[in-house]
Amino acid sequence: MLTIKNLHASIEGNEILRGINLEVKAGEVHAIMGPNGSGKSTLASVLAGREEYEISEGEVIFQGKDLLEMAPEERAREGVFLAFQYPVEIPGVSTTNFLRTAVNQVREYRGKEALDAVKFLSVMKEKMKLVEIDQKLLSRSLNEGFSGGEKKRNEIFQMAMLEPTLSILDETDSGLDIDALRIVSSGVNKLKTPQTATIVVTHYQRLLDYIVPDYVHVLYNGKIVKSGSKELALELEEKGYDWIKEEAESASV
Amino acid sequence: MSKDNQILEEFTSKEYEHGWSVNYEADEAPAGLNEDIIRWISSKKEEPEWLLEWRLKAFRTWLDMKEPEWANVKYPKVDLQALKYYSAPKQKNKPKSLDEVDPELLQIYERLGISLNEQKKLQGIAVDAVLDSVSVGTTFKESLSKLGIIFCSFSEAVQEHPELVQKYLGSVVPISDNYYAALNSAVFSDGSFCYIPKGVRCPMELSTYFRINAANTGQFERTLIVAEEGSYVSYLEGCTAPQRDENQLHAAVVEIYAEKNSEVKYSTVQNWFPGDKDGKGGIYNFVTKRGICAGDYSKISWTQVETGSAVTWKYPSCILKGDYSVGEFYSVAVTNNYQQADTGTKMIHIGKNTKSRIVSKGISAGYSQNSYRGQVQVMKRAVNSRNFSQCDSLLMGDKCGAHTFPYIDIQNSSAKVEHEATTSKIGEDQIFYCNQRGIDTEDAVALIVNGYAKEVLNQLPMEFAVEAQKLLALTLEGSVG
Ligand SMILES: Nc1ncnc2c1ncn2[C@@H]1O[C@H](COP(=O)(O)OP(=O)(O)OP(=O)(O)O)[C@@H](O)[C@H]1O
Ligand SMILES: [Mg+2]
Repeated sequence: MLTIKNLHASIEGNEILRGINLEVKAGEVHAIMGPNGSGKSTLASVLAGREEYEISEGEVIFQGKDLLEMAPEERAREGVFLAFQYPVEIPGVSTTNFLRTAVNQVREYRGKEALDAVKFLSVMKEKMKLVEIDQKLLSRSLNEGFSGGEKKRNEIFQMAMLEPTLSILDETDSGLDIDALRIVSSGVNKLKTPQTATIVVTHYQRLLDYIVPDYVHVLYNGKIVKSGSKELALELEEKGYDWIKEEAESASV
Repeated sequence: MSKDNQILEEFTSKEYEHGWSVNYEADEAPAGLNEDIIRWISSKKEEPEWLLEWRLKAFRTWLDMKEPEWANVKYPKVDLQALKYYSAPKQKNKPKSLDEVDPELLQIYERLGISLNEQKKLQGIAVDAVLDSVSVGTTFKESLSKLGIIFCSFSEAVQEHPELVQKYLGSVVPISDNYYAALNSAVFSDGSFCYIPKGVRCPMELSTYFRINAANTGQFERTLIVAEEGSYVSYLEGCTAPQRDENQLHAAVVEIYAEKNSEVKYSTVQNWFPGDKDGKGGIYNFVTKRGICAGDYSKISWTQVETGSAVTWKYPSCILKGDYSVGEFYSVAVTNNYQQADTGTKMIHIGKNTKSRIVSKGISAGYSQNSYRGQVQVMKRAVNSRNFSQCDSLLMGDKCGAHTFPYIDIQNSSAKVEHEATTSKIGEDQIFYCNQRGIDTEDAVALIVNGYAKEVLNQLPMEFAVEAQKLLALTLEGSVG
């Protein structure tokens, strides 16, 4: 579904991604871990199409199409969803209103007719159950004054509404309380199908207890320096990143 | 170059939608401004002697006045002697009802989406249609008159209700008030008159639709609204003009008189031709709007959505004379390309326990300049008065300007006055967030801007709120991405 080859990206002259290679197939869950500042959010942003980054090398193919050629909204309509590490506030625009615009633009692109208010609300009701989100939250200004956990839950609610093919969850677990983590993860699991794939960026095993990855990758200094099965996450939890950093540094000498 | 700048470089503005004009035979005054012209207008309208005298007095006052220079706008001065002060479509006989109005004129309004056909028109809205210098027709006059409500053109009011006009004309905006108000008092041609009798709640929205069609004319309309004790009315004003290369002058005066316990809501959706994207042409909109809460517990609320005009100079104000009276001002002013707006309000607290609320949302894009100018004055007698002002500016790009000029003058120490101001830029990350959900940049901007202006748009009557939202999006179309 997604093939990233030798991807290099920089911002304001600083190279942040230095040759990423990754292959994600339909039905898979990939976890990306790595120390702070290693480039995880940058990778997510580049895949979603943030324009501040300069792509100096490499290619990204998504379902046979050149992802890097597409505008961010096209990527979204093609099925790429990013749950933001820091969701953005839009004062005066309710989540409901925002999503109605989004869902209908995506539907139009996919050749489906627009949902009228009644249909939209009934779809919304159904998806709300999935992440147990409160109606009240959805009528408030998008993310404005939301608690950290509410923002993250709202991101996954939006994912449920937009039915993406590839979901990238950037530290969705941060800010969620213990119960919320369980509810939101089970929502993500229910949205999974053999045709979809998920990339989860996280620092902690606790999320991966719920959303069980097929592969775990460690990003360090803009490169994937180690990949393994779900056991790798456990090992990291126990030992930290020092041994990986050492391995990576000795390999690059 | 940052993304914000880059997208602004790609600036193109959508063509003004109402830029067409129609050729019809007109009855016009010769160009020029002098006492003879004023006499000509007055006799054309078969006005009583007192009104002619009033006009002449205004003209003589005006001669000694200077065009104000304090506003934050720059424009070449209008040659007032080159203008025509009266232009009216020629109609064979004076139409007595809408059925007799020339269909061609009615069509002008149809084309603007305003049907003057009572059967076809929007539910619950009565319209007075003003074309250049005259009113061409007023809908629902009969059904309103059953309630004692008078809603007609100003000229008609002068003929039919001279005692009311004489009593209230100039009572809120005196002829010497300012340069443009004095000019308007001398040469005003038509406008709307509205009188709500004691205890009557007007059952429908009243609205005036102003259209400038003729070239080289100024439009100087006069609106007078009187709300008697315990009455209520919601009034809406809309306006458009053809696209012309030269600037046209529009200098209106609106007066509202609110008696005890009455409430007047006045909403404007101003969409005069703003000039093209290089700043050529457009309307000079120099308007004086003021209401007096004369009686205790009365309320006047101004809501304006300003998207048009090349230059706007406008400060809808409230004189809070009655005790416990309330004044409100809700404004969204959008400027794009080379538009300039200097707009705001004055809240003058005279009575005890008076309250005022100001919510101003400026949006600037392109090379435009957008200024909020507001004055809150609390007089000695006004114990326990309160004001809250919120002035926000939203910038799109870095070539436009947003300015705030608040003036506060407090002569009573029990007053509570609060002022909040913010300036923000439309965020790249907000747009990206919308994009990531599949929303394209144009729609993202419309969504963000409408969210920003929501508190003001919520004040508009439902149908107009929807129109205003579309208008905001249209005005800013092409300003990003
Ligand atoms: N405009 C910029 N100029 C220079 N460096 C930048 C700029 N923006 C981001 N960076 C750097 O890029 C690096 C990668 O950031 P990124 O947000 O991708 O890290 P991350 O792996 O997601 O970290 P975390 O785990 O803390 O979320 C960081 O060192 C950050 O400081
Ligand atoms: Mg990050």
